[in-house]
Amino acid sequence: MKLKEKPTWKELPFACSVPEPGNSVHYKTGDWKTLKPVVDKTKCIKCGTCWIFCPEYAYEEDEYGYYEPNYEYCKGCGICHRECPAQCIIMEEEVVE
Amino acid sequence: MAKRTGIEVSIAIAEAARQANVDVVSAYPITPQTHIVEHLAQLVADGDLDAEYITVESEHTAMSACVGASAAGARVFTSTSSQGLALMNEIVYLASSLRTPVVMALANRSLSGPISIWNDHSDVMNERDTGWISIFANNGQEAYDLTLMAFRIGEDRRVMLPVMINFDGFILTHVIEPMYIFDDEEIADFIPPYEPVCVLDTDNPITMGPVGVPDVYTEAKKQQEIAIRESRPIIEEVFEEFAQRYGRRYEPVETYKADDAEIVLLAQGSVIEAAEVAVDLLREQGRKVGAVELRLWRPFPFDALREVLCGTSIKQVVVLDRCISFGGPIGPVLSEVRSALYLEKDRPMVVGVVAGLGGRDISLEEYVEMFDVGEECLRTGKDSGEETDLVRIVGLRE
Ligand code: SF4
Ligand code: SF4
Repeated sequence: MKLKEKPTWKELPFACSVPEPGNSVHYKTGDWKTLKPVVDKTKCIKCGTCWIFCPEYAYEEDEYGYYEPNYEYCKGCGICHRECPAQCIIMEEEVVE
Repeated sequence: MAKRTGIEVSIAIAEAARQANVDVVSAYPITPQTHIVEHLAQLVADGDLDAEYITVESEHTAMSACVGASAAGARVFTSTSSQGLALMNEIVYLASSLRTPVVMALANRSLSGPISIWNDHSDVMNERDTGWISIFANNGQEAYDLTLMAFRIGEDRRVMLPVMINFDGFILTHVIEPMYIFDDEEIADFIPPYEPVCVLDTDNPITMGPVGVPDVYTEAKKQQEIAIRESRPIIEEVFEEFAQRYGRRYEPVETYKADDAEIVLLAQGSVIEAAEVAVDLLREQGRKVGAVELRLWRPFPFDALREVLCGTSIKQVVVLDRCISFGGPIGPVLSEVRSALYLEKDRPMVVGVVAGLGGRDISLEEYVEMFDVGEECLRTGKDSGEETDLVRIVGLRE
């Protein structure tokens, strides 16, 4: 069941439950950040630590085995930056054009 | 009809949970509720009740386990008192907003400090706006009957709300009362198996208790408010069916000799039966007095209360609060009764007294004093103003 964007109280599912599994992907948290992680692929050892630690599951593996954050979801918390064993994730200021 | 037997009220309440065939009990022992959960723990340990008894380290966890178990589709029972309920408070709100029909037997006890294990109503009043259905019993038989009915009311698919049954700690819990306890077969079909509306199921995953962003929180609260308001006719339906089947009738508001009374004392819980003795005494002296019991606390029975108090012989109501609203309108019951009558044209005056705090007994003379307060107000025409806004405590040493 797909939820309406702004349901009335009668349309809201029983007890405000969420009947659609995994619908948190609709909730883009990317605009929360002030700093964004940037991966330096020349130093990356493809260990996947960033992917494991990211609380937003923002990292996606590319076809070469590198990990890239999806900025639509990355909140800019900096956990990946702290945990990366190769120290190849730099937090850069997010500039909105 | 079952035989009348002497039984400790706490044990009878635990037996009600057994007869309702609960699936999960999670509770933490606290005076004066302890005998209830002790008995249930024994029943489970002895194999006399096929339920999961979840032992926990605190009431906060007890209520959390109850909400989780109910969300998984179990019939759930818990019991607590006073500080225990205060510790549960955070999750008490979740039980109602997640619409998990947990049944709670609440042995009313005062809140600290000073530390008091004795009876008053400050614990339940603290939970007034949690969205639970809240009903008062004034004796052991009522506590037993209402505990059974609580499952029917809360689990009704048109309701789906948690229910707390209030009964005075020690005064009722520790009393051995002659009571009608049903044979198991007699009550079995009164409480059909629980069929949840919304349930945690890995094959059909849903999320219960998600974040309510500002765009939905208001609508969620409106839904909850309507749910408890609409439980009212179902509560009466269950009371009616119980009366039909078993001959004991319960009403949201009950009266004693109020038909031609001018002054009534309005109260909740076991004090009502003592107040009735005072009514009889004063009636012998020719005074037109009566008693009104506000049995249903939430949802508040506005219409039933107005029917009893407005446009009738009653000119003065004395509300007995067993709890103080510090720096506020004396007590929560007074405040609500006054507000319920505010727009009525033909309404009685309403004055408040506080008594029976922290287990202090109320003597017959003190009930008479409460009626005297009513008479004084009626004579002077005062139901508000500086003097009546003061918390008038009957039985206080000045
Ligand atoms: S900054 Fe935080 S949210 Fe963003 S990718 Fe790194 S760990 Fe994930
Ligand atoms: S943690 Fe660092 S080294 Fe490991 S995959 Fe992520 S970016 Fe590469």
